[in-house]
Amino acid sequence: MTVGAQGNWGFVLSLRGGKLAGLVLVGTAVAISTVLFQTLTENRILTPAVMGFDALYVTIQTAVVFALGAQGAAAIDPRWRFAGEALLLAVVALGLFRWLFDGRRGLHLVVLAGLVFGILCRGLSNLLQRVLDPNEFAVLQGMLFARFSVADTALLPVAAGIIIAAGVFAVRLAPTLDVLALGREPAVNLGIDHKRMVTILVIVIAVLVSVSTALVGPVLFFGLLVSNLAYLALGTDRHRYTLPAAALIAVTCLAAGQTVLERVLGYDAALSVVIEFAGGIVFILLLLRGTRT
Amino acid sequence: MANCGSGVAPAPRAGRAAAFGLAGLGLLALSAASVLIGVGDMSLAALAGGDAQGHAPLLLAASRVPRTLALLFAGLSMGVCAALMQMLFRNRFVEPTTAGTAEAASLGLLCATLLAPGFPVIGKMAVAALFAVAGTVLFLQIVNRIAFRGAVIVPLVGLMLGGVINALTTFLAYRTDLLQSLAAWTMGDFSGVLRGRYEFLWLNVALAAVAYVTADRFTVAGLGDAFARNLGLDYRRIVALGVTIVALATATSIATAGTVPFLGLLVANVVGLVMGENLRRTLPWIALSGAAFLLACDIIGRLIRFPYEIPVGTVAGVAGSVVFLYLLLGRRFHLG
Repeated sequence: MTVGAQGNWGFVLSLRGGKLAGLVLVGTAVAISTVLFQTLTENRILTPAVMGFDALYVTIQTAVVFALGAQGAAAIDPRWRFAGEALLLAVVALGLFRWLFDGRRGLHLVVLAGLVFGILCRGLSNLLQRVLDPNEFAVLQGMLFARFSVADTALLPVAAGIIIAAGVFAVRLAPTLDVLALGREPAVNLGIDHKRMVTILVIVIAVLVSVSTALVGPVLFFGLLVSNLAYLALGTDRHRYTLPAAALIAVTCLAAGQTVLERVLGYDAALSVVIEFAGGIVFILLLLRGTRT
Repeated sequence: MANCGSGVAPAPRAGRAAAFGLAGLGLLALSAASVLIGVGDMSLAALAGGDAQGHAPLLLAASRVPRTLALLFAGLSMGVCAALMQMLFRNRFVEPTTAGTAEAASLGLLCATLLAPGFPVIGKMAVAALFAVAGTVLFLQIVNRIAFRGAVIVPLVGLMLGGVINALTTFLAYRTDLLQSLAAWTMGDFSGVLRGRYEFLWLNVALAAVAYVTADRFTVAGLGDAFARNLGLDYRRIVALGVTIVALATATSIATAGTVPFLGLLVANVVGLVMGENLRRTLPWIALSGAAFLLACDIIGRLIRFPYEIPVGTVAGVAGSVVFLYLLLGRRFHLG
C-alpha cells in the first residue's frame, strides 16, 4: 500500500509538482479544520463543510464581485482580497456559530439547519452569478476555483504559509484542545477560557476553509471521511496524534484517488464526486450507528 | 346530508368555499401575469389584431400558455407529493427532494437516456418513475432501521441519500458528457417549455385527483401503522399507492422541467399550520398554493434581469431554504 502510494507519488511529482502541492495543501487544510471543528462542537459527524461554511465563502466571494464589479475586485491585490474575504467569513461564521450552538438546540437540528444553510448559500451565489454580467461571471469563475491543474501562482505560496502556520499553531495547542474536547463545563472547570478559545478556533477554521475552498471549491464530505478514519486508525482522541494523522490520511487519499482516477479511469476532474459518494455513505452509517446507541 | 355529523355550521363552510374561490381568482391573476410577461411583443393590442405579422396568437398558444400551464401543474403536484410523503413518513420535513426521490428519478432518466437514447419520452419517464420508487423504498427501509426516529434525523438521512445518489448520477453524466443535460433536469427551469413538451404534466393533475379521492386514507395512515390497521386499512397498500403517486409525479416533473427544492415542504407545512392535518380539506389548498408559489417565483425570475431570465429553481430554492430554515429554527414546531 505504502509502496504503491510512493510509486504513484513519484509519478505525480515528476509530472505535476504544482498539482501535488495543491493536493497536499488542500488535504492538510481540510483535515485540520475538520478535526478542530469536531473538537469545538464535541461531535464527530460535523464538519465545517456540512455546516455550510464552504458555501458561505463562495457566497461572500460572489457578493464581493457583485458589489465591486469584476474590475473593481480584480484591481485589488489577490492576497489582500483573499485576506479580506477570509476575515469576513470568520466574522460571519463566528456569529453563526454562537447563534446555532447556544446549547438549546439538539445536534440533529443543528446539522440539518447547517445543511439547509449550505443549500441556501449555494442558491444565493447561484442567483447572484446569474444576475452578473457574463464577462464578470467568467472572472468570478476564475477566482472561485483555482483548481489543481491551473496553478495559481499568487495564492499557492500564501496558502502554504497560512496552512503551515495554522498547522503548527494547532499542534502546539494540542493539550488545550484535548481538554476542550471534554466539553464546555469540564473545560471551564479545568481553567480554560472557553469563549476565547472558541473565538480563536473559529477564526483558524474560517481561514483554513477559505484557503481550501479557494483552491478547489467546496468538498462536502472529505473532512468527515479523513477525520473519522484518523480516529479509527489511532484509537485515541489526543490531538497531538489525530491532527497530523488526519492530515496525512487526507493527503494520501487525495493523491491516491487522483492517481487512480487519472491512470485507471482516465478522468481527472471527478475526484470530488467520488469523495462525495464515499463520504455520503459514511455519513449515513455514522448517523445510523449514532442513533442506535 | 351536507353537514351530517361534522358539526360545522353552514356559514364557515360557505366561507371556506368563498375563500377558496378568492384564492383561485388570485391564482388566475398570477397566471394571466405569467402569460403576459415575456420578451416577444405580445400586448393585448397585438392580440386583438393590431399585430401586422400575426405572431402574437402563435406565441400565446405555442409558448406562453404551455409554460404557464406547466408551472401550474408542476407546482400543484409538488405540493401534493410533499403532503402525501409527510403523511406516509409521519414527518413534517419529508418531500421528494429531501428523501432521495427526486435524485433517484434523475438517475433513472439519465440511465434511460444512456441505455436507450431512442426511447420515447414516456418510456424514459417510466424508467425514471421506477428508479424513484426504488429510491423511496430504499429510504423507507433506512428510516425503518433507525431505532430512534427524531423528527430531524429523517430528512437528514434523506438529504444524505440524495447526495450519494446525486454523486453517482454526476459521475455517470461526467463520463458520458451529459453534465449539461443533467443540470437542466435537476434545476427547475421552465424556459424551454413549449407546446408538445409539457402535455405529460396533465398526468400530474390526474395523480393529484387520485390523491384527493383517496385523501382520507392517507390522513389515517398519517396516524401511524398500528392505528391504521386498527381502523381496518391495508397500510402496506396505502404506502404503495402513495409511493407510486409521488414517484410518477416526480418523474414527469423532472422529465419536463426539473424540480424545485423544498417547495412542496413549505407549502404543505404552511397550509398544515393554518388548516390542520385533514388532507381532504387541505389538499386543494396545498395544490393551489404550490401552483401559486411556483408561478410567483417564475415571474420574479423572469423580471429580475429582464430580458434574460433566472431559472425558477434558483429563485424558489433561495426562498424555499429561507422559509425552511425559519420553520426549523423557529419555535413553531416542537422537535423530538
